[in-house]
Amino acid sequence: MHNILVKVCMGTGGIAAGGDEVLAAFNKEIAEAGITASVEKKCSTHQVGCRGLCAKDVLVDVIINDRKVTYQHVRPEMVSRIVKEHILENVPVAELVAGDDYHNFHDKQFKVVLSDCGSIDPEDIDAYIAVEGYTSAQKVLGSMSPEETTDLIKRSGLRGRGGAGFPTGTKWEIAGKQVSDRKYIICNADEGDPGAFMDRSVIEGNPHAVIEGMIIGAYAIGAYKGYVYIRAEYPLAVERLRKALDDARRRNFLGKSIMGSGFDFDILVKLGAGAFVCGEETALIASIEGQRGMPRAKPPFPVYQGLWGKPTVINNVETLANVSYIVRKGAEWFASFGTEKSKGTKVFALTGKIKNSGLIEVPMGIPLRQIIYDIGGGIEGDRQFKAVQTGGPSGGCIPADLLDTPVDFESLAKVGSIVGSGGMVVLDETDCMVNIAKFFLEFTRGESCGKCVPCRIGTKRLLEILERITKGEGRPGDIELLENMSVDIKMASLCGLGQTAPNPVLSTIKYFRHEYEAHINDKKCPAGVCRDLLTYMVLPDACKGCGACLRACPAKAITGEKKKPHAIDPSVCIKCGACFDVCKFKAVKKE
Amino acid sequence: MAGLAAIFGSGAMTNSLREIEGMEVIFIIGSNTKETHPVIANRMIRAFRKGAKIIVADPRKIPMVKFSELFLRMRPGTDIALLNGMAHVIVRDGLQNDEFIADKTEGYEAWKKSLETYTPEYAETITGIPKDDIVSAARLYGGSRRAGIFYTMGITQHACGTDNVRAIANLATLTGNIGREFTGVNPLRGQNNVQGASDAACLPNVYPGYQKVDLPEVREKFEKAWGTALSPKAGLTATEMMNAAVEGKIKAMYIMGENPILTDPNMHHTVKALENIDFVVVQDIFLTETARYADVVLPAACAAEKDGTFSNTERRVQRVRKAVEPPGESRDDLSVILELAGRIGYDMNFTTPAEVLAEFGRVWPALAGIDYHRIAQRGLQWPCPTREHPGTEYLYKDGFPKGKVPFTPVSYIPAAEVPNAEFPFVLTTGRNLFQYHSGTMTRKVVPIEEHAGTPYVEISRADADRLKIKHDEMVKIRSRRGQIEVRARVTSRVSEGIIFIPMHYHEAAANMLTNDVLDPVVKIPEYKVCAVAIESV
Amino acid sequence: MVTLKINNIEAVVPEGTTVLEAARKAGIYIPALCQHPKLTPFGGCRLCLVEIKGMPRPVTSCTTPAAEGMEVATTSPVIERLRRTVLELILSDHPNDCMVCEQAGSCTLQELAYEYGIRENRFEGERRKYARKDGNPFIERDLEKCIMCGRCVKICDEVQGVEAIEFGYRGFDAKICTPFEEDLDCEFCGQCVSVCPTGALTGKLWSKKGRQLGVREVDSTCPYCGTGCMLTYHVKDNEIVRVTSKEDGLNEGLLCVKGRFAYKYVNSPDRLRKPLIKKDGVFVETSWDDALDLIADKLKEVKAEHGPDAIAGLSSARCTNEENYAFQKFIRAAIGTNNVDHCARL
Repeated sequence: MHNILVKVCMGTGGIAAGGDEVLAAFNKEIAEAGITASVEKKCSTHQVGCRGLCAKDVLVDVIINDRKVTYQHVRPEMVSRIVKEHILENVPVAELVAGDDYHNFHDKQFKVVLSDCGSIDPEDIDAYIAVEGYTSAQKVLGSMSPEETTDLIKRSGLRGRGGAGFPTGTKWEIAGKQVSDRKYIICNADEGDPGAFMDRSVIEGNPHAVIEGMIIGAYAIGAYKGYVYIRAEYPLAVERLRKALDDARRRNFLGKSIMGSGFDFDILVKLGAGAFVCGEETALIASIEGQRGMPRAKPPFPVYQGLWGKPTVINNVETLANVSYIVRKGAEWFASFGTEKSKGTKVFALTGKIKNSGLIEVPMGIPLRQIIYDIGGGIEGDRQFKAVQTGGPSGGCIPADLLDTPVDFESLAKVGSIVGSGGMVVLDETDCMVNIAKFFLEFTRGESCGKCVPCRIGTKRLLEILERITKGEGRPGDIELLENMSVDIKMASLCGLGQTAPNPVLSTIKYFRHEYEAHINDKKCPAGVCRDLLTYMVLPDACKGCGACLRACPAKAITGEKKKPHAIDPSVCIKCGACFDVCKFKAVKKE
Repeated sequence: MAGLAAIFGSGAMTNSLREIEGMEVIFIIGSNTKETHPVIANRMIRAFRKGAKIIVADPRKIPMVKFSELFLRMRPGTDIALLNGMAHVIVRDGLQNDEFIADKTEGYEAWKKSLETYTPEYAETITGIPKDDIVSAARLYGGSRRAGIFYTMGITQHACGTDNVRAIANLATLTGNIGREFTGVNPLRGQNNVQGASDAACLPNVYPGYQKVDLPEVREKFEKAWGTALSPKAGLTATEMMNAAVEGKIKAMYIMGENPILTDPNMHHTVKALENIDFVVVQDIFLTETARYADVVLPAACAAEKDGTFSNTERRVQRVRKAVEPPGESRDDLSVILELAGRIGYDMNFTTPAEVLAEFGRVWPALAGIDYHRIAQRGLQWPCPTREHPGTEYLYKDGFPKGKVPFTPVSYIPAAEVPNAEFPFVLTTGRNLFQYHSGTMTRKVVPIEEHAGTPYVEISRADADRLKIKHDEMVKIRSRRGQIEVRARVTSRVSEGIIFIPMHYHEAAANMLTNDVLDPVVKIPEYKVCAVAIESV
Repeated sequence: MVTLKINNIEAVVPEGTTVLEAARKAGIYIPALCQHPKLTPFGGCRLCLVEIKGMPRPVTSCTTPAAEGMEVATTSPVIERLRRTVLELILSDHPNDCMVCEQAGSCTLQELAYEYGIRENRFEGERRKYARKDGNPFIERDLEKCIMCGRCVKICDEVQGVEAIEFGYRGFDAKICTPFEEDLDCEFCGQCVSVCPTGALTGKLWSKKGRQLGVREVDSTCPYCGTGCMLTYHVKDNEIVRVTSKEDGLNEGLLCVKGRFAYKYVNSPDRLRKPLIKKDGVFVETSWDDALDLIADKLKEVKAEHGPDAIAGLSSARCTNEENYAFQKFIRAAIGTNNVDHCARL
C-alpha cells in the first residue's frame, strides 16, 4: 500500500494562479481513479515566491512514500496526467517537474520561522500540534516562571524583526516589571512596505506559531489580553488567523486558565484600514483605541504607557513566530546562528531585477552577495547589478562594491541602510537611482499622517526637488539642499516614518552622486529612465531604412525614404521608445 | 433662593467654580449647564476628564448627558420623588454621614420617617426613571464625600420650587456633602448679576446683605445710615406687583433694565397690569416690548459703557469697565437714579460707583473688604470682611450661621397643572445656547439671529409622527392662557408627551402659555410645567 | 518632585511636569506652536525640540516628562538649525499675506518668522489651495493658513467636549475638517479661534475692523449668564471690534458664543439715543431735563395722593451692584416703600 500525499499551494498567490481549481481537479481525478490519497491544502503565497518566481505557481508536491516531487505551473488540465502517470504508475511527469533553480533557491536557505510554513496545513490545528506545536507554551506555562521565560528570550539574543531591532527579551523584561492592573501584548501585523509580504506569509502559512509566541510573551509580561493588528487587505491571513484562534480557544490554548495553568489570556483581532503609518507602534495603539492613526511622541514608550495608557508590548509577527522555536530548541541553539549582535535568522522578501524572487530565510550575517547570486540566482537577463535597496521605504541603497556586506542590524546601518522589516529590492543598470529615490518618496509622502511638520511638508518638498531633477529642471545646489533637508527631517520628525523617509535620498546621493550630477548638470539620465532627459536618434550608419520605426512611431516624428537612413525630429518626439524597441539593427540610440 | 437661605444661612452657591474640578461626583438636576452656563460646563467636562462621575437628572436629553455616568430622564415636576427616593436608598444602604448628622443637624429621625414611602419602586412610578438607576444614583452620590449638586431654574421654577430646594438640601445634609472644599449645594445664577442685585437688595423683604426689613433693629440701622425713615412693611415681589397693578393698587412703576412682558408668566396678565398703571417709567438700552407701555422711556448705557461691578454665581465681585461711550444722549443708570433722587428731594451724595460700593460695604460687612483697587485684576468672593481678607471660596467652613441644619420633610405633589384630554402635553420652558433671556441684547446681534433667530418647539419623534407633524412645520400651541404658532423641531431631546419652547422669542413667546401660579414661599412662577395642546396649522 | 538641569540651571518640579513646562517655570524660553497649557501634549510642530543628555536624538520638550537628573539643553546650533528648517517648511506652505491677515500682530507664526528673521525660504513649492466655504456666521476658516498644530481639534474635544472637527486625509493633503466632511455641528464657542496660533481661525465679525494699531483693550466682565467670565473688549474709534479673554481670569480664557461673539448689540442702530415721552399714544423725543422733571413730579404726586406703597420699582440683574444698590435705596429712602424687586426668579 502506497502512502500518497498531494500538497497544493494555496496561499494568496497560489489561489490567484488557480490553486482552488487545481485542488478540485486533484480531488476529482483521485476519486475517479478510486485510490486512497489524502489531499492536503498547502499554504501560502510566500511559498510561491520562495520557490522561485511567483510565475511558477501553482506549485504542487506529490509525495509517495516520503519521496517528494514538486511540479510547477500546474493548471487543472494537467492534473489528470499527473494523477495517471505519477500517482497511478509512479512515473513523474518529467517536463512538468520544477527545475534546478527551484532547488538551489531552497537549499541555500536556513529556515526557522518558515520551517513549517508550506509543509503543514495552516487551517488544521492538529497539523501544527503534530510538529510539536504548543509544546513550548505548555512548557513555559507548566514549568517556567515569567522571569525565566524572559531570561530565555534575552539569552537567545532575539531582536525585533519589525525594523528597529530592539532586543525582545529586554522589552519583555521592562514590561514585566511594570506594576499595573492591566497589560497588553500586541502583534503588529500591519505590514505596509511596498513589496513586503513576510508577515502575511507567516500568518497564512503557520498562524499557530504566532499565537503560541503571543501566549508565551503574554505570560512573560503578565498580559491578560492580546491584539493582532492586521491589515484588512490580507483577507486570507485574517480568515486563517481567526480560525486558528477559535481552534486554540477550543483546545484551551487561549481563554481561562490556559492548559490548566491558572493563566488567563485571550487574543482579539483588530483590522487596520490600510494606513502605512499604523505600523508605527504608537499610531497602531491610537488606531486600536479607535482614534485616528497618528503617532504619539516617545517617551513615554508603550512598554510604560501604551494601549489605554497601560504597559504594552508590541512585537512583530516574525519576532513572535521565532519564540516557540526558541523555547523548544533552546536559547543557545538560536544564538548559534547569526552574528555576535544579530542572532538567528531573518526572512526577506527578495524582489526586483532578480532571477528567483520570493520569500527567503537566511541566517543573520550572510553576505548580500550570497543572497543575490546563490539564492536569487543573479540578475535577470544577466544584466549588471547596480544596487540593492533594503528595508523598504525607510531603507537605503547599497552599491555593488559593498556586496560583501553581511546582512545584520549593525552592518547594514553602517552602510546607510537598515534591515527594516525585510524588504530587499535588487536594482540593475537599467534603474535610475534618482528615480528610485523619487519612487520611495512618493510612497512616504502619501503615507505621512500629516501630524508633524518635517514629515508632512518636508517629504513633499524632497519629492518636489527630486521631481524637478528627473525632469531636467534640477538646479545647482539641489543635491546639497536635499542632503541638508534630509538630515533635518530625520532628526526633527516625530515617528519612524519621517525619521527614515529621507534614507533612500541620502543613500542614493552617497553612492550615486554622479547620477544626480548628470541629471542636474548635463541634463542626462545615465540609466535612460527619466523620459524628459532622453533623446532618441537614428545612427545613420546602422540604419537600413526598413521603415519599421517610422511605422511604429505614434507621434509621426520619424521621416525617411525607404532604404535610406531615417531621422527623428526631436521637437515632435514624445520619447515613448517604440522606435528603439522595434529596430532590429540597433540603429536607434537612446541617451 | 430663600429656600436654601432658610436652611443653610445663605442662598448662594456654597462652592466656587474652581472646586468643580476636584469633585468626585457631580449631580446636575434641573440645569441645562452646557447651554445656559457653557463655561461652567467646561469645568465639569474637565472634572469628567479627571475621572469625576456625572449624574444628570432632567426631562430632556440635554448636552451634558454625553458626559454622564447616569442619565435620569424624569417627568417634569417630579424632582421631589427622585430626591426623596435617593435619600431613601442612602438611608436604607447606610450611606448617610452619621457624624455630620449628629453634630450639625436637627430633625433627622422625623425626616427619616417621612422617607419611608419613597421606595425606588414608588419613585419610579412618579418620575418614570427606572428604579435601578435611582438606586445607582443614590449610591454614587451617597457613596462620595466629595460630591456637588448643581441646579438652576429647573428646580426653582415650580409651584413646589421651595420644596424642591429643601429636598436637595436634605440630600446634601444627609451625606454631609456641604461646608467643605469640593462638596456643596450650588444654585447656578442664570443672569450676570442676579447675585449682585439680590445682595444689593432689589428684593422686597430685605435690606442690602439679606437683612430683614421687618426687624426693627435692622430698620433702625438703615434709617441711621440713610438718614431717613423707612417703611417697616415688606414690599411686593415682581409678580405680586403685577397682580396689584391689575387690582389698581399700583399707580406708578419704575422699571430699570427689565422686560417683564416677555419674562413674566402669562403675558396677557402682564400687559393688563402695565396698562392699568397710571405712570410707567422704563429705563433701558432698547425700546423693549415693555417700554412700549411706558409713559417715559429713558435711554440707558449698556454694560460696555459704564463702570461698576457684577457679582457672579460664585459670589465673586468683579469689575465692569467702560469700554466705549454710550450712543446719543443715553446715560448710565446710576447717574440717572442719583439725579432723580435729588429732584425728589433725597440727595444720595455719591459721585462715583466706587463710593456706592464703599457704602454697600459699610452696611453689609461681607463686602467690607472689597474695593475697586483690590479687584482691579481679579474679583474677590464674599464674605470678605476686611481689607486683608482673601475672600471666601466655599461657605460654612466654620459651621452654619443658624446653628444646626434642619432636615425638612417634603412630599411630592403633582404640578399645579397636569395634562388632561384637552391639554395632553406638558410644556417646559428654558433657554438655548445662543440667545439670552428676553433677547433684548442677543436678538440685536446679526450672526446670532442668522444662526438661531427662529423660535421653535422641541417635540419627540413619536408625538410628531402621531400628530402627523413634520420637522420645521408650523404648529399651534394652546394653553388655558393663550396660544402661539411656532416651528416644530422633531428631536430626541424630549420624551413623548413633553414639549419644550425656549423663552427668548417675542414673536412666539413661551410666556403666552405658561402658568403664573407661584411658589407660596418665594413667589417664583411655575415656568417649567404647564399643560398644553399642540396641533398642526 | 524631580530635579533636573535646564541649560545648567537647576529646576525642581512636580512629577509629571513636562520639560517644556519646567523650562517655562524657570523662565527659559522655548518656541512652540502646537503646545498649549490647556491641552494634552501633541508634539506635532517640532519647534520645542531640545537635547537631553543620553538621548540619541532631539526630543520635543512638550511631550517629554521631566525626570530626575535629566540634563537639558534648550538651544544649540543643531537645535536652532532644526527649528529654522521647520519654520521654513511651514512658511513654504503658508500664504504669508500678513499685510492683509486679520491675525497680524497677534500671530505666533509671524512672531517666530520675525524672531528667526526668515525672509528667504529654501523650500518654495506647491501650496495647499482651498476654496473658502463655510456657512456659519461666527468663525472664519482659512485652511491655507492652517499649520495643522491640532490645537482647535484638541480644544474642541478635550475642553469643549464637542468634537466638531477632526484631522482628515494624509500627509501634505491632511487638513482639519468635520468628521467625514459632513455638516458642521458646532456650539460656536470660538475656543478654537482663541487658541489658533495663526490666522486660520478668526472671528467673522472682526474682519477689517482693526488689528493692533489704534486698538485699546479694556478688561471687563461678560454681561450674559451668571458665570461671570472675564473678557477683554478691543476698542477702536469708540467701537468694540473684538472680544477676547485672558488666561488669568476665573474662566481661564474660555468663553461661549454669547460672550465671544454677541457684542454687536452695543452699537445696534436700534439703541435708544434720547429720552422719550408718550404724548397721545406716541413717543416724542425730549430732553433729559424735561423727562426727569416729569418723572419727579409724577412720583411725588402719586406718593402724595396714594402713599408710597402705590409706587413700585423693578430693577435688573443686568445692572451693576452699584446701580442696584442705588435703585433700591432710591425706592426705599427717597420714595419710602419696599416695593422693589428684580428678575431673579424669572
